[in-house]
Amino acid sequence: MVTQFWKNILKKISSNPFSKKSHIKLGLYGPPNGGKSTLANRICLDWLGEEMSTVSHIAHETREINIKEQVSIKNKKGRELTFSLVDTPGIATRIDYEEFLKKGMKKTEAKKRAKEATKGVIDAIKWLDNMDSVVVVLDATKDPYSQVNITIIGNLQARNIPVLIAANKVDLKKSSVEAMKAAFPQYEIVGISAKYGKNIEDFYEQLFKLAK
Amino acid sequence: MVTFHFVPYQDIENLGSAKRVNKLLNIVKEDKIVIMEGRLRKEEEADLIEITMEEINAKFHGIELSVISPETYSQNAVQKIKGVFANVLLGDRIGFTIIGPASVVKKIERNPDKIEMFMKESVNGKKKKRR
Repeated sequence: MVTQFWKNILKKISSNPFSKKSHIKLGLYGPPNGGKSTLANRICLDWLGEEMSTVSHIAHETREINIKEQVSIKNKKGRELTFSLVDTPGIATRIDYEEFLKKGMKKTEAKKRAKEATKGVIDAIKWLDNMDSVVVVLDATKDPYSQVNITIIGNLQARNIPVLIAANKVDLKKSSVEAMKAAFPQYEIVGISAKYGKNIEDFYEQLFKLAK
Repeated sequence: MVTFHFVPYQDIENLGSAKRVNKLLNIVKEDKIVIMEGRLRKEEEADLIEITMEEINAKFHGIELSVISPETYSQNAVQKIKGVFANVLLGDRIGFTIIGPASVVKKIERNPDKIEMFMKESVNGKKKKRR
């Protein structure tokens, strides 16, 4: 805790408050299957013309930290923001290889995936300290009060890392951005569909505010 | 049969972060559900997840975790002010933490004024707790 305090002080001293940051490390965090990689792909497709991650309906598809350097986005006012986009594995408190068996995987494959997934969660948590800003990608059809959501957001707050919450999957009938807003009233929340690009312009505008 | 293990805050108060997390996790690994008075620090919650991931094997599949503290449920302005004072006086002793083994607890849902703990089928049906 003391180390973290000094890290935060050093971080503040080393940054020039009069210069506008143009290159930041932007992390995508959240529980598995919230749509982090889909959002990473959407951002990269929109601004670089290529995808960066593979996506799947089976949880823990992303099991390693993926980084896309030099992603530049522009807003309507012509401002440019350049960042390294960091797509992280979903953070979970439980990983059972038998869940993968139910999705039709073979036992060896399922066990391997589970082992890689546990390492991915550990890496994602360790990488929290490297982030300048974070977009927490949450599935808007799911319970916002999940402890994983609260722990991720709480840890970002404890590290003084600016947070934007992307309430994803608003194209689905069950989604509720309002429920997300009620659960996290102190945070900026933008409802999006990373898959179909719904409301993505608002999301990009929010990124500029996040990186201020 | 489901066993609940109560951990008073004084049992962990003077322990360092690693010892706190290991103490709780060792109880959970005995297939018991921990009901802890108070809460872990945010960084300790992340440590708990990290260590849980390191411990996962064929028998131990992880944990279900839920922290209930005044910030997690709706309050009016007066209650919030009282909460700030209580926080100053009591710190992490406020609220309580539930940690269950994934082999026993299917999921814990918070609504936010109601907590539902769903047990695995092998354990006797569904248990429900209400605040």
